[in-house]
Amino acid sequence: MSSTTSKSALGEFLGNLVRAPRAIYRAAFRTGAPTTDRSRSDFVFGNVFLHLHPVRTHRWSLRWTTTLGLGIAATAAFLLTLVTGVLLMFYYKPFPEAAYESIKDIHFVVPTGRFIRNIHRWAANVMVVAVLAHMVRVFFTASYRAPREFNWLIGMGLLVVTLGLSFTGYLLPWDQLAYWATTIGANIAQSPRELTDSLGITEQFDPGGLQKQLLLGSDTVGAESLIRFYLLHVMILPLALAALMAVHFWRIRKDGGLNRPEDADARLGPAPDATYPVFTEAPKKTYHLAAIVQGRTPAVRRGPENTVPSMPHLFYAELGVLMVTVLICVGLSLLANAPLKELANPSVPENPAKAPWYFLGLQELVSFSAFMGGVGIPAIVVVGLGLIPFLDREGAGSGDWFGGPGGARLVVWSAIVGLAAVLAVEAFAIQFGWIRQWFPHAPQLLITLVNPGTVLTAMYAAYSIWLVKWHNSTRAGALGLFTCFLCGFVVLTIIGTHFRGPNWEFYWSPAQWPTH
Amino acid sequence: MSETSSLVRSRLDPEPVPRRDFLGLASMGAAGAAMLFALVGMLRLPKAAVVASPSKKFTVQLPDSLAPGKAHIPAGRSVALFRDEKGVYAISLVCTHLGCIVKEAAEGFECPCHGSKFTADGTVTKGPAPTALPWLKVTPRDGEFVVDEDTTVPQGAKVTG
Ligand code: HEM
Ligand code: FES
Repeated sequence: MSSTTSKSALGEFLGNLVRAPRAIYRAAFRTGAPTTDRSRSDFVFGNVFLHLHPVRTHRWSLRWTTTLGLGIAATAAFLLTLVTGVLLMFYYKPFPEAAYESIKDIHFVVPTGRFIRNIHRWAANVMVVAVLAHMVRVFFTASYRAPREFNWLIGMGLLVVTLGLSFTGYLLPWDQLAYWATTIGANIAQSPRELTDSLGITEQFDPGGLQKQLLLGSDTVGAESLIRFYLLHVMILPLALAALMAVHFWRIRKDGGLNRPEDADARLGPAPDATYPVFTEAPKKTYHLAAIVQGRTPAVRRGPENTVPSMPHLFYAELGVLMVTVLICVGLSLLANAPLKELANPSVPENPAKAPWYFLGLQELVSFSAFMGGVGIPAIVVVGLGLIPFLDREGAGSGDWFGGPGGARLVVWSAIVGLAAVLAVEAFAIQFGWIRQWFPHAPQLLITLVNPGTVLTAMYAAYSIWLVKWHNSTRAGALGLFTCFLCGFVVLTIIGTHFRGPNWEFYWSPAQWPTH
Repeated sequence: MSETSSLVRSRLDPEPVPRRDFLGLASMGAAGAAMLFALVGMLRLPKAAVVASPSKKFTVQLPDSLAPGKAHIPAGRSVALFRDEKGVYAISLVCTHLGCIVKEAAEGFECPCHGSKFTADGTVTKGPAPTALPWLKVTPRDGEFVVDEDTTVPQGAKVTG
């Protein structure tokens, strides 16, 4: 508005005042309504949060069978835990006994407290499920391959931090379950001593003791430990997760959008009329710089033909997944309350003392050897998963479910082998016990090295090496190993959850647990 | 212009090293080293110099009626004291597997967490516990006994007093 001299400054002031709301809105959102391709692009890159997304999305990425929406579901569940977690912090006191009392208050006294607590607990569980399922989908569609190897590694980091958040959150209520699960967890951190003790070098070299001391800030679970877990749970790990998520999403764009088969365009067919023609107006932003930036954009080698504007196509899909995730978490929270046992008692363990369900597979392995089950095998699994994209560098089958030599048939066979192996090893150990019962004086090193967990790991490894030879393909080996690992994880988790009772003994059903 | 054209570099070519600003590189290195040093210093903080935990030494008065092979467990302690004809001894009740508190069983002890079983003198007979339950140092003093949870003694070491 050019001010004319005839207008008084006071008049202009009043006019500006009236126009202020609009002006503020314009200052914040420079673009108009997203009605043309160009303004839809502006809508995305004019907004710092939306700009994590590409401006245009390939149609293959939007098929629901491509992602099953799992990555977004994990993100949505995380946002839910974030919001509900901040609310819980209004009342939570991170000090023994006071912690327990404050959770009791939240559960029974604070308005909507129980509902918020339930949502926090359930969203955390939903997040773990979503992250694991997301990893499974990325693996089975071979979407970890170059140039996405690094994003797979970032994903591994996200998985570890997600589990860390769950583990640290588990202690905070300071009830019996929390106390003993954490005691066991902290002693798992100390379990490298099982190895250093057998070798007689703990005096000189004690990584286990150091880990436990750093985790607990003391040698038993107490006030120091609670404040450490609290700090990790509400500050360090969420920040780490948010940072990793930002890198994860940004890398998806830099890696050329989501993975898709070579012939995706042909298989999709021509785009519906409504999305054609692309770029009705000359693009406002031109990419001179694209000449010197190395790497891919969604359009490299393909042209923009099979992409659609992210606003609305991608954003509506994401909003849909968000709403479904919220619905699931709220529904579960109405159905079942978060548990709260008695106040922690350091002289009487909960019996059975069970960790959260997704750690019960590990707890089953730990019941054979603390070091191998709690540190050795998990480390092998994490390193093995991390190496997958660097060991399988084939191209065939990328972007297709169970793509690769053997395909779905190989996966089914591997599932049968994986299930048979884990069931056989478990049945044997439950029926006949293990070395310590047969030879009470057997050296511990032998049991650390040879126990049901390591035997199972060796069987899986041997099977997948055989697959690599048989199919002459690294992808075949990876498919076999991952499927076996998945079967092992599921079966051990179910055994730990359902079939183990007091004294970690085997029961066909919790109904048979002795009532003491 | 024309005779120098062969010397004209593209902006994309890396600058030749001799033109690099040595001081710039050196200060960048120094800044990096300083930050690394600071990080090491910060990582030192979470390792407590003094481990805050309740005192590991305590005194018990054994009841006269304590029969051989029967355990006396002082309130709030995870230690079992025994008295037989050879003397008094104390066995830690903290499972050597992952730190649960073992319970007395028909014969010896058993752990509720992963099912380790121990004989009455602490030897493992079943389960994942890697070593026997440790025997703790007991010192007689004026008809009472001082137990030190931090000091272990060989299995079978009993004191009279
Ligand atoms: C907090 C945990 C995680 C979040 C929030 C997350 C989020 C996402 C999202 C939103 C996508 C877009 C596509 C989709 O939804 O599938 C994605 C893709 C991807 N994620 Fe994750 N993710 C997480 C953990 C993981 C894990 C554990 C892995 C594997 C170890 C992983 C590896 C990948 C890879 C390789 C892609 C690219 C896939 C492709 O190009 O098709 N992510 N992630
Ligand atoms: S803690 Fe005793 S058996 Fe695991």
